[in-house]
Amino acid sequence: MKIAVCVKEVPDAGPSRKMDPATLRMDRSGDRSLNAYDLHAVEQAIRLKEAAGDGEVVLVSMGPSRALESLRKGLAMGADRALLVSDEAAAGSDLVATSRVLAKALEGESPDLVLFGQQATDGDGAVLWAAVAERLRMPVVSQISELEVSGDGLTAKRQTETGYDTIRTSLPAVLAVADSLNEPRYPSLKGIMGAKKKPQDTKGLADIGVDPSQAGEAGSRTTVLGLGEPPSRGDTIKIEDEGDAAQKILDFLMERKLV
Amino acid sequence: MSTLVFLEHHGSAIQKGALGVLSKAAQLDPDTAGVLIGSGVRDLAAQAGQYGAKTVYVADDAGLAAPLPQPRVDVIAALVRDEGFQNVLFGASVLASDIAGGLSARLDAGLNWDMNDLEMRDGQLVGRRSALGDTVRADVGWSAEPRLGLIRAGSFEAAQGGGEASVEDVPVSLEDFSTRAELVDHTQEESSGPSIEDADILVTGGRGLGGPEGFKPLEALAAALGGAVASTRAVVDSGWYPYPTQIGQTGKVVSPKVYIGFGVSGAIQHKVGMQTSQTIISVNTDPNAPIFEFSDLGVVGDLQSIVPQLIELVKARKG
Repeated sequence: MKIAVCVKEVPDAGPSRKMDPATLRMDRSGDRSLNAYDLHAVEQAIRLKEAAGDGEVVLVSMGPSRALESLRKGLAMGADRALLVSDEAAAGSDLVATSRVLAKALEGESPDLVLFGQQATDGDGAVLWAAVAERLRMPVVSQISELEVSGDGLTAKRQTETGYDTIRTSLPAVLAVADSLNEPRYPSLKGIMGAKKKPQDTKGLADIGVDPSQAGEAGSRTTVLGLGEPPSRGDTIKIEDEGDAAQKILDFLMERKLV
Repeated sequence: MSTLVFLEHHGSAIQKGALGVLSKAAQLDPDTAGVLIGSGVRDLAAQAGQYGAKTVYVADDAGLAAPLPQPRVDVIAALVRDEGFQNVLFGASVLASDIAGGLSARLDAGLNWDMNDLEMRDGQLVGRRSALGDTVRADVGWSAEPRLGLIRAGSFEAAQGGGEASVEDVPVSLEDFSTRAELVDHTQEESSGPSIEDADILVTGGRGLGGPEGFKPLEALAAALGGAVASTRAVVDSGWYPYPTQIGQTGKVVSPKVYIGFGVSGAIQHKVGMQTSQTIISVNTDPNAPIFEFSDLGVVGDLQSIVPQLIELVKARKG
């Protein structure tokens, strides 16, 4: 079984995470890592491959070329190789453009399963899998908390506003997994050492057959008109526990007469 | 301008969120219609008229009984093509998000999500949303039609005052790949039990608790503070704590005076259920956890040591 996992490098949280006032895009120059929710999708892919006894797990991503560094975490966990679509002309892609680029990259891989995490930590709409499934003309199931794959089909359980659905579908399929599905493994030292040697391809838009006018801002259909201050809930006081965090929480509550 | 609103329903009622979006859309655009998709849904059309729909399109088909997204993409895409709708709006939900995402790709139409307001500016539709954990407000637009939008739950009041809607049946033609997923079982979750909606202080446990035993200390802390214990979807999915305690998009929406999250990452799914809490305190070992972005006090630390200490301190203070 061949499993593609769509992953994303995201900026680390904190004061360095901001919007670029000139481009109205996210400033991605600070510290970065692999989106934490994606690790559950990587974990599930590796487990499915292990259970099947053979197969391949491919990480597929889109972003600046240095994003390969973040993708290595998935390789260290046990994914077999990484494919990064990186192209100046793809910067600033919205959902329409991103789903087009990712779907093209995935078409070239012909996977049996495409996995996504439940959201990205940097302001994602949790809609990308549905758009990618549509372009690939595959069935899609999201918010999966239990998954069973057998032969050429799968059964998934997921929570919605009204309870739990059990959904069955054929392969190939696009799935988005909830963070309750599994506990991602920590990469072993051997895994970390081996990750660098695993195949890591960077492809441009031309390599996957996407015209530059179909990606980036040119291929997008949404715009950011302006940025402003939100109705503030005040600044976050962020502290590290040095043994006195419990006292600080209590002080915080008492100062505000909440206890 | 012409606007279509997806009228999500469960059982015999249209979702409040969808009716809120419909009310708002009808204010901005007198030419607003709704679309009902399911099996045996025609009777719901009258409700939609009361909330401002001039026309309600009804796709009523046994094949549409299960609340799955892809057949609904087929129906709405055909409707947009045939009727030329310029805007298609959704109240955010698990189902609506999957439909909107699929529709965006089908029509190559821009989708703005998580919007909490909509307005007409110089004849153009403009949406407003928060970004980066509500630290930035963004005004968003569309560079082409149709424009697709997902509205954050609870943004608009469902206001009656409309009239009678004309009802039009739409033909149903489904793509082969849209019908491959099938619903084989649905279990309704009981939402009775101790109510987290009435508590002034909510002590919330997330995945970071590590297991069901992690809730014992939280129960002791909640008792000491005079509050209640709440949970997240991940915890409920894993069977660690019961569904009635779940906060979030697929759980309860709460606004306590104090929310304290332990091992809660702050996924969108959870955030929409607790972001209106007056004071938010969070404890997480991951300094990058999204919850810190919308906390008043964020503690990077291990709950295993902090919770027992806090219990003792609160008990000592209360004597």
